Amino acid sequence: MPELNWLSIQEAHDQLASKQISSVELTQSCLDRIDAVEDQVQSFLTITPEIALAQAEVADRMLAAGEGGPLTGIPVQIKDVMCTEGVPTTCASRMLENFVPVYNATVVEKLINQGAVMLGKGNMDEFAMGSSCENSAFHPTHNPWDLERVPGGSSGGAAASVASGETIFALGSDTGGSVRQPASLCGVVGLKPTYGLVSRYGLIAFASSLDQIGPVGRSVQDCALVLNTIAGHDPRDATSVARDQQDYTATLGQDIKGMRLGVPEEYFVDGMEPGTRKAIDEALAKLEYLGAIIKPVSLPTTRYALACYYIIAPSECSANLARYDGVKYGYSYQDTSDMWEALEKTREYGFGPEVTRRVMLGTYALSSGYYDAYYLKAQKARTLIRQDFDRVFQEVDALVTPTSPVTAFKIGEKTGDPVQMYLIDVCTLPVNIAGLPGLSVPCGFSDGLPVGMQLIGPNFSEGILLRTAHAYEAATEWSSARPTL
Amino acid sequence: MPLERSEVERIASLARIGLTEEEIEMVGDQLSHILEQFEVLNELDTSGVTPTGHASGLQTVMREDTAEDSLDHEDVLKNAPRREGEFFRVNAVLEE
Repeated sequence: MPELNWLSIQEAHDQLASKQISSVELTQSCLDRIDAVEDQVQSFLTITPEIALAQAEVADRMLAAGEGGPLTGIPVQIKDVMCTEGVPTTCASRMLENFVPVYNATVVEKLINQGAVMLGKGNMDEFAMGSSCENSAFHPTHNPWDLERVPGGSSGGAAASVASGETIFALGSDTGGSVRQPASLCGVVGLKPTYGLVSRYGLIAFASSLDQIGPVGRSVQDCALVLNTIAGHDPRDATSVARDQQDYTATLGQDIKGMRLGVPEEYFVDGMEPGTRKAIDEALAKLEYLGAIIKPVSLPTTRYALACYYIIAPSECSANLARYDGVKYGYSYQDTSDMWEALEKTREYGFGPEVTRRVMLGTYALSSGYYDAYYLKAQKARTLIRQDFDRVFQEVDALVTPTSPVTAFKIGEKTGDPVQMYLIDVCTLPVNIAGLPGLSVPCGFSDGLPVGMQLIGPNFSEGILLRTAHAYEAATEWSSARPTL
Repeated sequence: MPLERSEVERIASLARIGLTEEEIEMVGDQLSHILEQFEVLNELDTSGVTPTGHASGLQTVMREDTAEDSLDHEDVLKNAPRREGEFFRVNAVLEE
């Protein structure tokens, strides 16, 4: 059997539908690949081979009956922040080490209903807070392109599993770049949909005004196919937006002649690696060659985005994580009968250093006497950042930026300095602040490490981003490159 | 301006997170450094600007008030660290 684990979703779907292969064979191919490389990559927190093979059998029956859809029988890794009924969902935290959800997240339910096959749960930074996957309480994940380096984060498991051929696609979540940045560092495609497009029911909350679930795949088309399945209004998520269903593959293959693409100078920051700069410049030249109109634009409020984000996200995090009290679920310190001591010890032992830092930061920003200076000020800055985007989207259809100013860095290199780690997300954070869709597509290599190009568009412009990325991908070879493991 | 030790202890107590002696020191230094990064916002004139809570523009979403099944009682208690019969067991809240 050829390496089925490297198939695209469309290829796998075609071969499944025409009975050339079965989902059990496809799933087994991924499980074999996991057996072969997982020791090195460590992208999973839980591997569920029995569930996967049982779901594959169900999928094969659906296919035999001519039922299902594009994801029927297709293996997926789910980031461990999304609830999976009966399967541990830890958020890579000691706090939820033994937590077993009693219901599925809406996105998981949608995948299962269509007959997708869950291989297991993906590693991440604890509670999705981090940019390197090193904040996982259990183990780091290694970048398939260089095992001494990080895969990015927080959805590092998602990007590493897709890049190493352990799965066909993965679901991640993105609060400040957590889908796009690891996709960039691992040389795969990652999409953060518009805020409200995908239901967050069953997504364990980090920062509720920013969190969004998105696909990670080896091609733009794969991400479009996954988005078709996971997008849509959900009455169980009051922030999900009611809109007509859209086929995100419909615009793929259309040319980008006349597409107006803005290049915001503020995203080409100090400290940006020369190799990244070069790859982005070449990508811009390619887009121009393909008929796009490249236009320099300015987003002056970009310099406030980092501060704005690191007030808003920790503030919301401190409120959301107040629920971890050791009473209803999760880790619970029991060696005392004093309620307050139990609560403080539960949270001291349950949370890792970055989570503690952010809960503390958010608590401070929201506390009496500081609320106006920090939280309210950040929310006002947020308005100005959004208005900046609104203004440039009068002139251009989408923006092109680097996804990350740096390529994958060494494990341990940046763990000592939180601010250095935060700065890695400087190009992705503004997108979440404004609620916009963003996509990272591979655009070359710098010293053998993948570089990603970010496309940003107005609300619900996923079709434009996917179309542009697809045209670029079809004209380059980057997405077909595979790491040697 | 570095955070005073007492301030770090105050935040930890509000957040109900226990910290060791070394952690109080370390978290204090780190938070001070992070707070310095926020000073850039002081450059920004936000007078008269309406704050944005979230980006979707949706206001309070209402639905029909219809009864629906909720989680099974046993399921709700399944992950309880301590239970007693049909209840979560907690430490005494009121002192004697």
